[in-house]
This record gives sequence, structure tokens and C-alpha cells, in this order.
Amino acid sequence: MVAKPLAVLVIDENRIRASIIEAGLREAGHDDVTLVHDVAGIARRIAEINPDVIVIDLENPNRDMLEDMFQLSRAVKRPIAMFVDRSDSASIEAAVDAGVSAYVVDGLKRERVKPILDMAVSRFNAFSRLSRELEEARSELEDRKLLDRAKGILMKSRGMSETEAYALLRKAAMNQNRKLSEIAQSLVTAAGLLGDDA
Amino acid sequence: MTDARFEISAGFLPLLDSALLVAAREKGFAAAEGIELTLVRETSWASIRDRLAVGHFQVAHMLGPMPIACNLGLTPLAATTVVPMALGLGGNAVTVSNALWREMVGHGASGDLSPGAAGNALRGVVADRARAGAAPLRFAVVHPYSGHNYELRYWLAACGIDPDRDIEIVILPPPLMADALGSGALDGFCAGEPWNTAAVMLGHGRIVTVKAKIWRSSPEKVLGADARWAEANPDALAALLRAIHHAAQWCASPANRTELAGIMSAAAYVGRPAGWMSPALSGHLGTSTDSSVVVEDFFVPQARAATFPWKSHALWFYSQMVRWGQAGHSPENAAIARETYRPDLYRAALKPLGAALPGANAKVEGALPVPTPVGSAGASLVLGPDGFFDGGLFDPDDLDGYIAAQRVLGG
Repeated sequence: MVAKPLAVLVIDENRIRASIIEAGLREAGHDDVTLVHDVAGIARRIAEINPDVIVIDLENPNRDMLEDMFQLSRAVKRPIAMFVDRSDSASIEAAVDAGVSAYVVDGLKRERVKPILDMAVSRFNAFSRLSRELEEARSELEDRKLLDRAKGILMKSRGMSETEAYALLRKAAMNQNRKLSEIAQSLVTAAGLLGDDA
Repeated sequence: MTDARFEISAGFLPLLDSALLVAAREKGFAAAEGIELTLVRETSWASIRDRLAVGHFQVAHMLGPMPIACNLGLTPLAATTVVPMALGLGGNAVTVSNALWREMVGHGASGDLSPGAAGNALRGVVADRARAGAAPLRFAVVHPYSGHNYELRYWLAACGIDPDRDIEIVILPPPLMADALGSGALDGFCAGEPWNTAAVMLGHGRIVTVKAKIWRSSPEKVLGADARWAEANPDALAALLRAIHHAAQWCASPANRTELAGIMSAAAYVGRPAGWMSPALSGHLGTSTDSSVVVEDFFVPQARAATFPWKSHALWFYSQMVRWGQAGHSPENAAIARETYRPDLYRAALKPLGAALPGANAKVEGALPVPTPVGSAGASLVLGPDGFFDGGLFDPDDLDGYIAAQRVLGG
């Protein structure tokens, strides 16, 4: 007997992350995946979708409301419990670390759900990594722009060459045990306040 | 680079009654006890529960009934959680939309925050709407296992409104309450501060009664601690309780109110204007844009043994879980509820300070009409006034009788 495919509902306000999870689930052969980005009217949606597994980001501020609904609402045809198995503490930890919470209808076999949770956890982690890298790249670019402006200010106001300006900033950073970008930021801010920013 | 003896991470929600934890960190009381206290703002009680369960947090700002629900296995995931300390008394209010307030005025509501009068007016509105075939009023609370849910239901039921049949009660995060009221999605809500004041200041609603009048000197937030951590780290826990004790004294001093309002308004904590924090701290509540009522004991951070984890508080919360069908009543469940609150841990930590410690672990709730000196160890202690607005008494030694009586009352 072939088991009926599991219906998976992903509730995530972050559309990019939701798509990344959806892609992972589809690659793994789960075709019955629904994404919901907005919890308005969620009770009706859950009744329509009748999901076996619900994946939500841990930080969703509506989780208290959703959990209450899973336990009580007539919209939910079958009671929904959390996670795969309370006794599987390694899975639970991995999920919470990654920022995933998953809810599963009662009585569903652990081995059927575990791969879905694992998939969600690894995709959440991948997404966090991606966001972090993007953020780092963005701040690196901004640091470089800031440094260029600080050098420009010194070159103009003190008649320095670019090399001299850079050396002065570096020396200040080393003396004050601060990052070069922080020194540059202070200088740009100060120049802005004094109104002589070029 | 720290010389702290203990590192403790605590989760909290952006609510005014996280003040004791926040002051413990910001005013140096934790550091003075050798604690590096990290406070992590969370977005839901579920998240706090989960992160406590996997050890991200050792302790957390929690709704008083929540650790009991965790230990009874009512929540999806939970570590065994103990309550070694409460984080103050009172602090909640019931706010209704301007439209509902106008209907209540038509039924004699006066705006003095008296629960009986407000409840009777609300019953009149409910009856009108039922006759007209209108949809039931929709109220929100912050969590099913919360003081808010139970005090709202207690108030409604005592005023002849069946909270399950006559109105609808939904769950909503507190920061969304004011907007939901303004948009018409809600007719009323029961929440902590500053979210009632927010609704008033934004012109979306009117405060009609307060927790401190529904049940005076009643329990609200507690410090929940992961039981495994608490057992393995008694010195760290005791140091934290002492730090919070000092923080509670600091928060209770009227001279510190302005500074506390400023601290709580910071982005890392509640992240709203300091003016929104002041009413709860002073008790001068703005109940609408042009009216105010003074409730001296609206939020009690320290007096009246406000941080003592009374077993009678735990058992009252449990009685309401039974009343509203969340938990079955059995001697085993009652024992779990009773053992969740741990006055023994509180006493062990605070005894060396000579703090006022109640002689008993439980008391008859609602029995003190006036402030009453009671038997205590250490400094002298005055309890009360306390009391339910309908004159009810809760004797924890007659839990079965109380539960049976509330079944007769309905619910």
C-alpha cells in the first residue's frame, strides 16, 4: 500500500525563505506544498488545505495564536502536535537552533515526517547563512565607501596625499584600538557636523 | 572578558512587567551578584518556551500559568519548569473599542473602572446584540494559559456573561491589540501594559476595568526556570533571585519611576515612548483621551510580598484551567500545579538578606479586605488588601470544593 502524499503548509512572512523551503520539499518529492505569507484568514486556509505538517519560523509573532488554533479550532480537523517526537531531543534542538517550528498532526509516523523537518532545518540554516553573507558583503562595500569619503576629507582639508590620509586613519585606528571603518565613520560624522564635508 | 561567576540568559517579551528583569541588568543588581545577565527579546511566548526547553535560556519572563501548563503536558514542547519567584502583582487592563464603549454607556457604564458596573453594562450590550442577531463580540487575550485569559473570563462569568457562548475570545500578540481595536477586528482585549495605554493614546479605545480591581493583589508574570538548570546551579539561581529582589525594590520606589520609564522605552526593551510606560508605574491611568482614574496598586512590583511564588496562586491558575476545560482535575494534576511554584527556593535565596519572608506557602485568596501584618521571617510583612471583586474566596485547602462550585456557576 502506498501512503498518501503528505500535505505540507509553510507559513513564513519571508517570501524568499518560504520559496527556498518549498523548492527543497519539491526536490525531495513532496508535491503537495502550500505557502502562506500572511496569517490573516489563516483558519479558513488551514481548513481548506488540511495539512499534515505545518512549518513556521520560530520568530513569527503569531505563533501563540496559531498554536491555540491548532489545539482548539474547529477549522483544524485533526489535532496538531508539535515536532516529530518529543523524545527526539536532537531534532528539536536542531530545529529551534535553526529557527524552525514544525507542527504535525497526531498519529503521523515519525519516519514519514522526520525528513521534512530535516529538510526545513537545513534550508533555514542555508537561508541564514545566505542572509549573513549578503549582510557582510553589503557592510564591506559600505565600509569601503566610508573609508573613501574619510580619505577625501583629509586630502581636501589637510592637503594630504591618498596614501598619507590612509596612513593617518590606520594609525588612529591602531592607537584607539578601533576598527578602521569606525574611525572613518567618526571623521565623516564630525566633518558633516562642522559643515566642511566635501 | 568578564569576571562574572555566573552567565545567565533570560528571554522576555516587550511588556512593562519585564521591568524587574530589565532593572536587574540595567541598574547593576545582577552584576553585583556576579551575574552576566543577557536579556533576549522574543516575539511570542511559544518561542520563549521552546528556547527554554532547548537550553538557549536558563530562565524567562513568563505568564504565571504557563509553567504549570508546561508541566501538565498541555503545550507542544516544554522543559520541566519551576517558578522560584514572581515578577510583581497586577498590571493588566481590559480595553474596549470606542464603538463598544458608546454601547456600554447606553447601558449605564460610568468609566470608574469598577468591574461590576462595567460588566453589567457589557452584559446589556451582549443581550442587545443577541436579540438583534448580531455576531458575538470578539475579545482578545495574549495566550490561552495566561492571567489575562482567566481574569477576563472570571470577570465576564461573574457578571453573567458566558465567555464561551456569549462572546468570542481569540489570541493575539499584545503589540497588535491597539491596531486590531482601531481597525474594528476586535471589540475588546485584556493585555498587560503599555498596550492598553497605547490603545488609549492612539484614540482606538477605552480602558473599562483593570486586573487590580477584578482581583486585587493578583499574580501575573513569574520567573520561569528550567528545572534541570535550577537543580544543577542552585548558587546561580539564588544569586539571580537576590538580584531581582533588589531590582524589585528599586522599581517600587516612586523616585525611580521616570528613570525606569526611560529604560523600558529603549529599543532593546519595549521600544515605545516613555510616556506610554508612566501610567502603569504611577497608577494614574488615562482611561480615554480625556479621562483618567487613579489605581494606586495597578502594578505592584515589590510590596505585599509581590515577588513571592505563592502555591495558592499556582492552584488558582490550575482551578481556572479546569474550569475552562483546558485540564482535567485529578489529585496528580493538582500536585503538579502546586509543586511548580517553589517558595522554598525563594526563601533559601533571600533569607541571608533579611528580606520579609511569609511564614506560609499558601494563603486564602481574597480574605484580606485591609492591609494586614502577617507572620514572617526577617523584616515585617504586610499583605493585602486583596480580594475578588465579587467577594469570592479561594481556599487552596478546599480546591475540590472551589472547582465543584465553579462548575455549578457554569463555564
